[in-house]
This record gives sequence, C-alpha cells and structure tokens, in this order.
Amino acid sequence: MKYVIIGNSAAAVGAVEGLRSVDPEGAITLVSNETYHTYSRPLISYLLQGRTDRQRMKYRPDDFYETNGCRTLFGRTAVKLEPEKRSVLLDDGTALTYDSLLVAAGSSPFVPPMAGLESVEKHFSFMSLDDANALEQALFPEARVLIVGAGLIGLKCAEGIFGRVGKITVLDLAAHVLPSILDEAGAALVQRALESKGVDFRPGVSVKRFSGGSAELADGQALAFDILVTAVGVRPNAALVRDAGGETDGGILVDDKMRTTLCGVYAAGDCVLSHDLSCGSARILAILPNAYSGGFAAGTAMAGGEPAPRRTLPMNAIGLFGLHIATAGSYTGEVYQAQDAESYKKLFYSGGVLRGYILIGDVDRAGIYTALIREQTPLSQIDFPAVCREPSLIAFGRAYRDEKLAGKKD
Amino acid sequence: MKRVYVNEEWCLGCRLCEYHCAFANSGKTHMASALMNVKIRPNIRVEDDGKVCYAVSCRHCEEPLCVTSCITGALTRENGVITIDGARCVGCFTCVLSCPYGCVRPTGQGAMQKCELCLTNGGVPRCVIGCPNNAIVFEER
Repeated sequence: MKYVIIGNSAAAVGAVEGLRSVDPEGAITLVSNETYHTYSRPLISYLLQGRTDRQRMKYRPDDFYETNGCRTLFGRTAVKLEPEKRSVLLDDGTALTYDSLLVAAGSSPFVPPMAGLESVEKHFSFMSLDDANALEQALFPEARVLIVGAGLIGLKCAEGIFGRVGKITVLDLAAHVLPSILDEAGAALVQRALESKGVDFRPGVSVKRFSGGSAELADGQALAFDILVTAVGVRPNAALVRDAGGETDGGILVDDKMRTTLCGVYAAGDCVLSHDLSCGSARILAILPNAYSGGFAAGTAMAGGEPAPRRTLPMNAIGLFGLHIATAGSYTGEVYQAQDAESYKKLFYSGGVLRGYILIGDVDRAGIYTALIREQTPLSQIDFPAVCREPSLIAFGRAYRDEKLAGKKD
Repeated sequence: MKRVYVNEEWCLGCRLCEYHCAFANSGKTHMASALMNVKIRPNIRVEDDGKVCYAVSCRHCEEPLCVTSCITGALTRENGVITIDGARCVGCFTCVLSCPYGCVRPTGQGAMQKCELCLTNGGVPRCVIGCPNNAIVFEER
C-alpha cells in the first residue's frame, strides 16, 4: 500500500502512528511546505519566552520518520489533487500516486482586509515557527507592539514577547479577551492579570486604517506602533479538497472514518469539520488533541483498520502570566457558579448532562469535568452537587470506582 | 501486566501512600528530611468525604487521553506505562484538562507529574509497599 500524507503536524503524526498500528509495511510519504522536523505549533510562544527550545519543541523524537519508515518531502506544497488518478501534484511538478491520501493541511491565519495594511513594514502572523522566528528577529527592547486579536493566539503571543519589548497593546472587536472561550466575568479576571503586567487591552475596537507605524482606530484614536501582529483567527486549508470537487463547508467534510467525499482521500486536523458532541453540531475544532486523534483515526482507517469511535469537543487549557484557564464544551443551559479571590468556576448543564465549563485559577482535576461532558454521563447517576463543589471520583459511586480503580468488570 | 489497584473497603484513609509516594519521588534518602515542612505533591491521592475513602492514581489507560492530547509529546505510553518527560513538558495543563481521573498534576516547578509505577524507584510502587492494610495492591487483575 502507498500512503501520502499532506502535512507534518499533529494530525499527520497521528496518521503515521495510526497507519503503523495496522500496517507496518506500507510506504508512507509525508509532504510539508515547511522544512522542519515535526514540531508543536502551540509551543511557539513558549519558545519566545525561553520555556522551550528548538530541540525540545519537536513533537516527536529525531528518529520518528526513520522509525516509522516515512519518506519526507519537505519544502514542497501540494497544489492539485486528482482523485480519479489517485495522484497529487506538487509545486515542483512531481506527481505522487497513492492508494490513500490524507489531507492534514491545517489552517492559516486569517488576515481581514484592513485599509493601509500594506504600508506596515513589520507585520506578522503567529502560527508557525517561521512566524515566531521572524517576529523574534524584529523585537527590540523599546518596541511598541500592537496585537490585533485578543484570542488564544494573540494573548499567547503577548505572553511570549512580554519582557522583550517596551509596550504591548492588544485590541479586539469583542468586548472582552478570549471571546471564543470565556464569558464576560471570567474574561475580566484575565484582563486584570494582563493589565497588572502592563499589557494594554482595548476592547470593542477595530483598526480603521493603517498608515506606516500608526493605526487609526474605529473610535477615532490613533495608536503608534513599531511591530504589528494580526491574530484575528484562522481559516481551514480546505482548498486542495474543495478544488478537486470534495465537499467542504468552511472546513472539509469527513465521516466517522475521516473520509472526505473524494474516493481514497481522508482529512484530519484543523482543516476539517468535527462533530462537537457538547452541542451536537459540526464545527472547526482547531485544537491539537483533536488533530492528533483525528489523524490517528484516519491513519487506522487508511490502512484498513477500524478506528475507535471518537468523541470530540472543544477544550482549551491556556496559561497566561501564571493564571491558568481550562474550558471545554458549550456554554448553554443552567449554570453552577462559584468564585473566590483566587478562582472562578462555571459549569453549564442541560438535558441532564454537563455541557461545558470555565475554570480560571484553580484548574486541578479539570479532566473529571471534561469526562462528564465527553461521556455525556447522566447527572442523575452521580452526586452532581458534590462534583460541582470539587472534581473527585467520590461523586461517581462505588460501582464506577470498582471498575476504574479496582479493575472489576461487573 | 501488573497495575496498582485499590481495595476501597480496606482503605483507612491514613494517607501513608501519599507520603511514601512523595518520599519515593523526592530524590532524598531520609523520609523525614524529604517531607518535613514540605507541601507534598504525591502522585497518588486519598479522596475522603468522611464516609468513604480510597486512593486514586494513574490508571495507565490503554487509550490514554493525556498522551494523545499532550501538545509537546512529553507524555508517552511504553510497555503499558505512561511516563512524562519533565524536560519537554511546558506545563500547558492540557493533560490536566484531559485525564478523566484527575491524576496528572503540576510539580509546582512548571512541569507536570504523574504516577510512573515507581519504574525508577525499584519497580514496585512505594504506595503499595507503604500501605499498612492492603488497600493498595500491585497485581494482575
């Protein structure tokens, strides 16, 4: 069997490991437009902070490709998929044939049209190692940095460069930071942490026009800066599949075996639509755990194996200036809330199951809540008030503990 | 393979397992000097609500969500044992968010820690050796 994988990040690595769990022999070719050994993208902010380095941020050991019998074609881009010929064309004219192919092409930073953006000399995105390296080159101790977007990428970028520049201003069209994962009250705690470090956050505002090192804001104010980072959002890299006639709807459509609508073509990671079991709808879950598990399932299926059913939901762990945040699921239904000086907790439940949570400060054992959402555990079967107060296995009862802790099957 | 199992009915709630675990992973040779005036961070924890008590430690899951979720590749499962490479871990807490048993926890020094079945502490989990009432056992089930 001949396998081709487009991509070299978490979904691609998951696919290699999935493939090899079924087929130790088949030929695997990995194509990546980057030239690096597989690395963890979320670590680029830690790299700038000095909390990891190029060696340690490798997602798999140095001998990963060798051990798994992978041929690598780095620095090449897949430009055209021809599913009827089971062939993919690369930018250097090479055509690779395959029995099955995985598109693990990830996502790209979305830069909205902003007037005068081309006049900004130092403008960066913050998604890849190249982005991080380019940004790092531009940093200087007095630099005034403007970050457009107060989401996960924008704020991790702010943390990554904090202490290495003169001033950081973050602005967002939304009324608070981390709008996709936090409610207003939770965001206020995070904002306070940012502001206590001297990071200037401007909510509810956008840039009307750039002019060199100046941004004219929608509220009329002008902001001078030396370095601009846009972190507004990401878009799935779905074009390869879409242009070949595969179905997409924002992201690439896949079934439970990660098959696209194109024969022999699979997809996984940030470029696909995933089923969010916390709300029952399809959405882009651009998070690394989802990429890995989708890739593993795809690889297993590509090699003719039966992938284990996946239960996917949004979940994010983020640390910012020492403040830890864990969130998962959807924020709908009734709410259990607890707050003290150190921490903030909100649990959302409806239809007899936990739907989502926000934890700030104290995130110890958050996975117990994640599991309740993932398994859609009927709350009537557990001591829900107890688990609301503190995540522990007490609330699950003796039978559950006998099975999980004592290995008893009945 | 052998695993740590809990006999809940025998647990006294004495928390000796926690102290033996913390000592075993302290790198020190004397228990008292390892634990005196230290906030211990054991990899096994007793849960006790006054009515029931038992110890909880990593289940070394066959499909470990901590491992598949790890953003750095620091968590791996080999020969049935899940270990963490503290040098690669950046303390992002994604494993904490993922573990259904709440058994991966911060070291307090930036990385995460978890039960590694005392692989480097003689091979028999010290919580098991230290349990006075057979409430924690290391056996095949």
